[in-house]
Amino acid sequence: MNGDGRERLDIRIDDADRQGLTGTAPAALDRPLRDVEQVTIAPDWRPMDEQPAWRTDFPIDWPQDQYVERRDFMKFMVLTSLAFTAGQLWIAAENWWRRQRGGAGLVRLAALDDLTVGATRTFAYPSEQDPCVLVRTGEQSFVAYSQKCTHLSCAVLPRVAEGIIRCPCHEGLFDLASGRPVAGPPRRPLSRVLLEFRAGQIYAAGVEERTA
Amino acid sequence: MTARRPFTRAQRATIVNGMLAFVIMLVVLQLWLLTATMNAYLGGDGSVIVPAGVASVVCLLLNAGLLRYLYHIERTRQ
Repeated sequence: MNGDGRERLDIRIDDADRQGLTGTAPAALDRPLRDVEQVTIAPDWRPMDEQPAWRTDFPIDWPQDQYVERRDFMKFMVLTSLAFTAGQLWIAAENWWRRQRGGAGLVRLAALDDLTVGATRTFAYPSEQDPCVLVRTGEQSFVAYSQKCTHLSCAVLPRVAEGIIRCPCHEGLFDLASGRPVAGPPRRPLSRVLLEFRAGQIYAAGVEERTA
Repeated sequence: MTARRPFTRAQRATIVNGMLAFVIMLVVLQLWLLTATMNAYLGGDGSVIVPAGVASVVCLLLNAGLLRYLYHIERTRQ
């Protein structure tokens, strides 16, 4: 190697230090073929003649290798950072779209007399893709929740006698009176459907989503 | 005017290690922001979405700036 860090041009095909097998000259003779600091150093830093034969046969420039892998990992991390930012922007767009849609308005669910105490009725609110369940828990008390479990959106099923709503997928349990999680993987309460009573009829008047 | 000597490989390795530690910290922060924001959004709380989004964009810009600096020192190597 010359003092300026460039490979010395060697026209001898059988030279021991020659790179490659064919003996043809590299295409870019004017450019340094490798980093001037690039040397083969074993991971334990001992000389190469003390290394096992396989390491002598397949030498690796470990400092260079570590530098390149950290540099490439950093590029991957910045790409991950971009993905997280895109996720944040997607949530912001979804939130904007949700606010633009507004409420679903008043929807009649049933007459008061249609449900006996302990009876349930399923319905879709605010859209056809949002299954909900209405439960009559007492003479004068009704509750209605989204049927999507807050864990992984499985359909939850009320067990009125036990006072719970159960998700059969992962044994998540919610309190029937409040919709709050009491057992299993769910952490957020079920979305509550706001009810209104007019002239003996039950109406869905909105959805209350809750974090705790 | 003095010529700036390029970083040696050992110096570049130290720099990239430091930058990587910083980038990982920022990415973990972004992951936390994303999960907290998603939880708030699903719970109907939209008040945190914009501040969290701004914080995430700032983190991305910092990361991109560090990556740009890495490319810069790569270009000026011997």
